[in-house]
Amino acid sequence: MIPSIPSSRFFRRTYAAYVALFFVYLILPLAVVATFAFNDSLFPSLPWNGGTLDWFVGQKEPALGIFYDGELLESILVSFWVAVAVTILSISLATCNAFLFERHDFIGKGFLYMMMLTPLVIPGVILGVSILIFSSSIANGLEDNYDLELELLRPGLPLVILGQFAFITTIATLVISARLRRFDRSLEEAALNLGASNFAVIWTVTLPYLRPALIGAGIVSFLMSFENFNTTLMLVGSDAPLTIAMFDRLREGSTPVLNAVSVLLMVGSATLALISLFVQKPKSD
Amino acid sequence: MSQWKDSGKLGLILLVSPLALWLALFIVLPHIDMVLISLRERVAARQYAFSWGNYTEFFTEPLYWRTFLRTAVMSILATGLTLLIAFPVSFYIAKMLRGRLKAALFILCLIPFWVSELVRTYGWMILLRETGLFSSLLQWMGLVDQPVEMLYNDVAIMVGLVYTSMLFMVVPLVTTLESLDDSLIEAAYDLGGNHLEVIRDVVIPHAMPGIVSGCIVVFMLTLGNYLTPTLLGGKDSLWFTEQIYTQFITRFNWEQGSAFGMLLLVLSSVIVWCGLKLSRQSFTRVMT
Amino acid sequence: MQLQANNTDVDLECREVTKSFGHFAAVQEVSFSIPSGSFFSILGPSGCGKTTLLRMVAGFQSPDHGDILIKGKSVLNTPPNRRPVNMVFQHLALFPNMTVAENVAYGLKRRGVAKTDIKSRVEDMLSRVGLPDSGDKQISQLSGGQKQRIAIARCLVLNPDVLLLDEPLGALDLKLREQMKVELKHLQEKFGATFIYITHDQSEALVMSDQVAVMNAGRFEQVGAPQELYYEPASRFVAGFVGESNRWYGVIQERDEKGFNVQCETGLKMRIDRPGNDLQVSHPWGVGKKLEFYLRPESITVTLGDTAPATTNRYKGKVESVLFDGARSQMLVRLPDAIELLNVALPQTAEFRRVKKGDVVSVGWMSGQVRCYEV
Repeated sequence: MIPSIPSSRFFRRTYAAYVALFFVYLILPLAVVATFAFNDSLFPSLPWNGGTLDWFVGQKEPALGIFYDGELLESILVSFWVAVAVTILSISLATCNAFLFERHDFIGKGFLYMMMLTPLVIPGVILGVSILIFSSSIANGLEDNYDLELELLRPGLPLVILGQFAFITTIATLVISARLRRFDRSLEEAALNLGASNFAVIWTVTLPYLRPALIGAGIVSFLMSFENFNTTLMLVGSDAPLTIAMFDRLREGSTPVLNAVSVLLMVGSATLALISLFVQKPKSD
Repeated sequence: MSQWKDSGKLGLILLVSPLALWLALFIVLPHIDMVLISLRERVAARQYAFSWGNYTEFFTEPLYWRTFLRTAVMSILATGLTLLIAFPVSFYIAKMLRGRLKAALFILCLIPFWVSELVRTYGWMILLRETGLFSSLLQWMGLVDQPVEMLYNDVAIMVGLVYTSMLFMVVPLVTTLESLDDSLIEAAYDLGGNHLEVIRDVVIPHAMPGIVSGCIVVFMLTLGNYLTPTLLGGKDSLWFTEQIYTQFITRFNWEQGSAFGMLLLVLSSVIVWCGLKLSRQSFTRVMT
Repeated sequence: MQLQANNTDVDLECREVTKSFGHFAAVQEVSFSIPSGSFFSILGPSGCGKTTLLRMVAGFQSPDHGDILIKGKSVLNTPPNRRPVNMVFQHLALFPNMTVAENVAYGLKRRGVAKTDIKSRVEDMLSRVGLPDSGDKQISQLSGGQKQRIAIARCLVLNPDVLLLDEPLGALDLKLREQMKVELKHLQEKFGATFIYITHDQSEALVMSDQVAVMNAGRFEQVGAPQELYYEPASRFVAGFVGESNRWYGVIQERDEKGFNVQCETGLKMRIDRPGNDLQVSHPWGVGKKLEFYLRPESITVTLGDTAPATTNRYKGKVESVLFDGARSQMLVRLPDAIELLNVALPQTAEFRRVKKGDVVSVGWMSGQVRCYEV
């Protein structure tokens, strides 16, 4: 149990071994993916043919490295812009939501809060198809009645952005609300008391306090968008984001260039994760 | 003071409207539309009539409802397994460790989450497939004399699902267990409880909100998962989301697909509701 | 309860201020005025309405009735960020995202004071509160007492007409609190600003204040100098809340023109006089009237053994226990013909140093030292 309570040596050893085994289970798949990115073989499997950087910088088929694979590079760019858009939209709405739920009391607040949480329990695939259906209904309606063809409402990146925006907002709202809830309102009163206008109070006191949560929620939103598959799959058009492009390659059976992409993703995510950890733990908190 | 109250009301409206718009456009209306479409039938080109046909089709075609049941049962199983595996680990991190090591292990638990589900599943494919690492290892050890295919079966799917869900169980568990005061555990021992009694009477009741929220999220993610069953289960994975995908994208039968989507949504809502009732927790409390 | 300022220069005046939350009357018809440059405390138990009163002065709440005037002008329609009052919050509310200097400069910046001017005024203020080199520090690097001083500096740099302090010493440990009491008083004298200090700690109020208002259940029970409150409490509540007392309930058995003989519920009999007072007016009670009596532990004279003290009321008793607490030591004395324990201040003399449980003592008090109130 807890360290202050005596337990047998056997129990402690077994427990520690179990936890260690768990972490092996956790790390193993990622370690394997990363390792085979450097194997000089056309397939991501044994035997080990010695190390190579071909899957990063190889310039000709079949050993085409990620930095020269135009298709994958483009999909990374697509994913990046989608993620940027989703992050901006989600954080803006989530900040409004946090202020709404933490600072106001109104009739139907409980209901609205529950509704805000529902995207957490709607499977991503279903969220995707429902938005697909709805946008197509609108598009068809416009086309039939006004002879308007709106490409925006057909499967494609705008729909992907909206679909991801639909559920990432909820998560961002939870992150930002959690910090706003711990905010000491007397700081705002102190600012007012020292002569600040309402706007200056928010700008100089409340938002700086929320900054770690805003950055943290921004990073989470960005990564969730970048890595989203289920919702994106249903809404994607001709421009494939990275996860979709990788999925297609994976089903066809691919060279270790996918491992190389994965390594880049791991490095990128780890960097963002470190940044978010760094900003979430300021010196004075 | 009155001008203050007015500005408060204006602020309220300004804050409510984006949320309401977002809810209406992306959550409520799309799902209503989905219900409407699931309840119609194409009678001619661009001609539709009301019909329960899409739902009766589901119950009369064994492939559909069997896939449906199988998905539900396997999701519940995966949720239970995840909880079982994650609970001791979470307890270890939350209560046995202190300081740096604790923070480090907690972050280590989060790492798989920071990497795309696709990459995680890919890792398992490399490990499990015929030419994969485990197969080679078994051959090298002399336990088998030819390659073994460990992909494309239910165990592989289960391994992948549990792996993918682990984080969403560990984080809420660690958070709630951390808030459990050590002295409560010590008091329970002091009053004569043994390990099991203390866990049953003190630890689990305290961790209940975390357990329930972890289970709900894991269950939802598993039920709605598409990637893991498809890649690790192959053609015969028989996951319900694949049926939905097939109806929508391959067969372009949106009416049938919508009906399937609604059924999956109803299933998940019912099971989540039952879980909340059984554990006497409230949705809003558990989710925040 | 109106406090008449003998000085016409009044910084803050409240007129019949009333505030209710639902059916709960937090503040009821409170009126007072505070002369410029004085240290005014509002003392009361938690929930008595003192914080509400302070927040109304600061503008975070508005009264249901009544008026609040600062320098003779009503501020009811002035929002909190325009009121010439500043507040030191209970938990100080220093901005954690700013340095010490930025905290002190905050109010000046909001007023649009020129940058160079801000810099010199902040530096000046920091040195006046004794922290001249702390400008670049983070708030988290300061000790409790330093934070306290910065919170006050942040307000004083704006030259407020009135400085409000909401139990700012509550979070400090005992030693530091004693020290800060003295320091606050010095700061107030140095800056000559009007301080309104609310607290539930009577010692804070008594030590620092020129005037103290004792508040209970939304009303002011008494306003006066600390000595007045202590020696002449105007009501049962004040007598019980300020300082320690022995208390009895009892009935008047005989009365004459100088005072009365009473019998307490516990069996104790004593004589109470009000020399110099017009007894008929101040205590117009007859035989059989039920009263409550208060007697301070230090008003009791005590001698060792049988030698009775030269006081009106005299009793013999046995020491039940000694509660040693340095200069505040007390002993509990059981009187043989009464069931209660008497709380007696332990004399700081050599002979009492060895007093112990079971020792026989004689106690007594003058008939004028018991205060009595209608029940």
